[in-house]
Amino acid sequence: MKYDVILSGVGGQGVLSVGAVVALGAMKDGLEVKQSEVHGMAQRGGAVVAHLRISDKPIASDLIGRGTASVILSMEPLESLRYLDYLADGGILITSSEPLRNIPDYPDIEVILSRIEALPRYRVVEASALAKEAGSSKTKNMVMLGAASLHLPVKPESLRDAIREIFTVKGEKIVDINLKAFNLGREK
Amino acid sequence: MSEMVLLGDEAVALGAVHAGISAAYAYPGTPSTEITEYIMAYSRRNGGRPLASWCSNEKTACEEALGASFVGKRALVSMKHVGLNVAADPFINAALLDINGGIVVAVADDPGMHSSQNEQDSRFYVDLAKVICLEPRNQQEAYEMTREAFDLSERFRIPVMVRLVTRLAHSRAVVRVGEPLEERLLHKAEDRKSWTLLPAYARRRFKVLLDKQRELHAFTEGSAHNRISLSSDFDEYGVITTGIAENYYMENIQELSYRPSHLHIGAYPIPEGKVRRLADCVKRLVILEEGYPFVEKYLRGIIPPQIQVDGKLNGRVGITGELDPDNTRGVLGLKERRGGAAVPGSLPGRPPQLCAGCPHTDTYNALRDALSGYSESIVTSDIGCYTLGALPPHNIIETCVCMGASIGMAKGAAEAGFYPVVAAIGDSTFLHSGITPLVDASVSDVNMTVIIMDNSTVAMTGGQQTVIPSEKLRKLIEGIGVDPEHIREIIPLEKNRRINTQILREEIEHRGLSVILAVRECVEIRRRK
Ligand code: SF4
Repeated sequence: MKYDVILSGVGGQGVLSVGAVVALGAMKDGLEVKQSEVHGMAQRGGAVVAHLRISDKPIASDLIGRGTASVILSMEPLESLRYLDYLADGGILITSSEPLRNIPDYPDIEVILSRIEALPRYRVVEASALAKEAGSSKTKNMVMLGAASLHLPVKPESLRDAIREIFTVKGEKIVDINLKAFNLGREK
Repeated sequence: MSEMVLLGDEAVALGAVHAGISAAYAYPGTPSTEITEYIMAYSRRNGGRPLASWCSNEKTACEEALGASFVGKRALVSMKHVGLNVAADPFINAALLDINGGIVVAVADDPGMHSSQNEQDSRFYVDLAKVICLEPRNQQEAYEMTREAFDLSERFRIPVMVRLVTRLAHSRAVVRVGEPLEERLLHKAEDRKSWTLLPAYARRRFKVLLDKQRELHAFTEGSAHNRISLSSDFDEYGVITTGIAENYYMENIQELSYRPSHLHIGAYPIPEGKVRRLADCVKRLVILEEGYPFVEKYLRGIIPPQIQVDGKLNGRVGITGELDPDNTRGVLGLKERRGGAAVPGSLPGRPPQLCAGCPHTDTYNALRDALSGYSESIVTSDIGCYTLGALPPHNIIETCVCMGASIGMAKGAAEAGFYPVVAAIGDSTFLHSGITPLVDASVSDVNMTVIIMDNSTVAMTGGQQTVIPSEKLRKLIEGIGVDPEHIREIIPLEKNRRINTQILREEIEHRGLSVILAVRECVEIRRRK
């Protein structure tokens, strides 16, 4: 089994936290993981991408090859298209529906969504509403992870354990809100 | 043995901790910052041991580690590749010393320039210093090689480099870790002559270093990090990989109908014997290495001239940017891989930008207003978040070269006769390398204006503490001779724009050196508090 995921979004949207949770969850399931991410300058509101690889066998490369990703999971619709050439035939694109317009030439959102809807497999998630329902708009990333968890080879309980472990330093309440966001994303 | 998910940087950090280091010294720099951050967090949980601290710059960090080595303790120094330019003096000279406590220099190169101004390859410094370099290809090796590097440093009595690249530094995987070692006891170096590089002593020490080369070569020749596998039925070409380039090779070889002979290099100096053995059984060599064509250049001196070498020098592999599973295919004779869908051609880019409410934006706005009355002006700048002032909507800074260069360049431009000249530099960058050029400018009261954008943190790399707090900056600047009347302070906020513009204007008009402290905390750091 080999499972490659492109995680994308804008610096500050919590792309790296999603990666860290999946990596830890996969480890709890006894799987091999590699997760490559970009720190530094790009995190200042720029396009951010992380490559996440999960397998039951040792993984060589930290980076995914073009046309081989099972999933593109994006926190932002424009960013979901930026790495489309990584998606394998039969792969699925999962993105949040709300645009983050921090550039002057942000395209018409309808055009972006129609591009996404032209793909054979896609899912557009109303992440903001669900995050608010969970208790904080900052948990959009965990809503998206919840939605993607239906397509990941990692047990949901392992992902929940990973969320607990990673957010525990921020306190009980933050853990609970993030778990709720994950569950909402998974169920709705 | 326990298992953990670690970034490559964190694996280096834990390897160093488990090797019994007493201290970790560094200046923050992407992609190396997480090494020291990890040790700091470890230290907090562990009663303050080992010591981990941010230093003024990479040179001071390296020297502090040398002091620890002098008294028998193990120490780790970490930095990004360009930091090694700053630390090159102690690093190269350290090779001549009789290293006592193990000293490991972890350097993270940034091919592809994700967060850097160049993609220089640190292995050239290893060659220059004539020491050992270990180059891990995954997180597990990052952990193990760092541990081993300390042993090698003490065994050969030289500093040892661990070379990382961004993709390993910032990639997470499961690492199986071993038993930690205790810290070393204090044990001062016995022979002071081996630590005093007076010419007469240094000549002797250089001879010692040259004599060691045979042992170093013997070590890398025998090291399991340099693995060779020869193919008995395929001689068209053989492959040399180094570091993480092997991963991309592995990713692709399933698609080959043959198995080429292969040498992987993880320990330098280059194992010449193994290279020759490989060259003996192939007609052509393919070289995959992350960074500059370092091995590739070196090869020409050791393999027969009729063997063709395919790599970065003849363009079969791209000479700039990072390697990846795709751009390593062509040279192996594999076709380009096609994805399910093409990226729409019209997507706008999304470059990084200053955070909403960033103090630098307000400083730049006031500066733009202050300079609007001059037909021409120069704004030199430096390295940090504020370098984004080069991009729209700011479009205000005109240079960014290396840490501290804004001040030196402003002085040069002003002395060449240009007016007005402004240097814009961050507080941490100023402390790293801006003080010395400001001393130069102060000595002759050069007609220029320096703006120190003091956000009281090292923001770009994630908000590390600056070595000295902001309140002390003014005293420091007065102390190096800048006229106190021309050290002014502004608080960069939109509501202060008019007054800030006026102050800037007055100091630009002052025919001599002025320093403006633009003081307001980074909003990102404030948010986290
Ligand atoms: S991190 Fe701080 S200094 Fe950097 S852009 Fe954001 S507010 Fe400005």
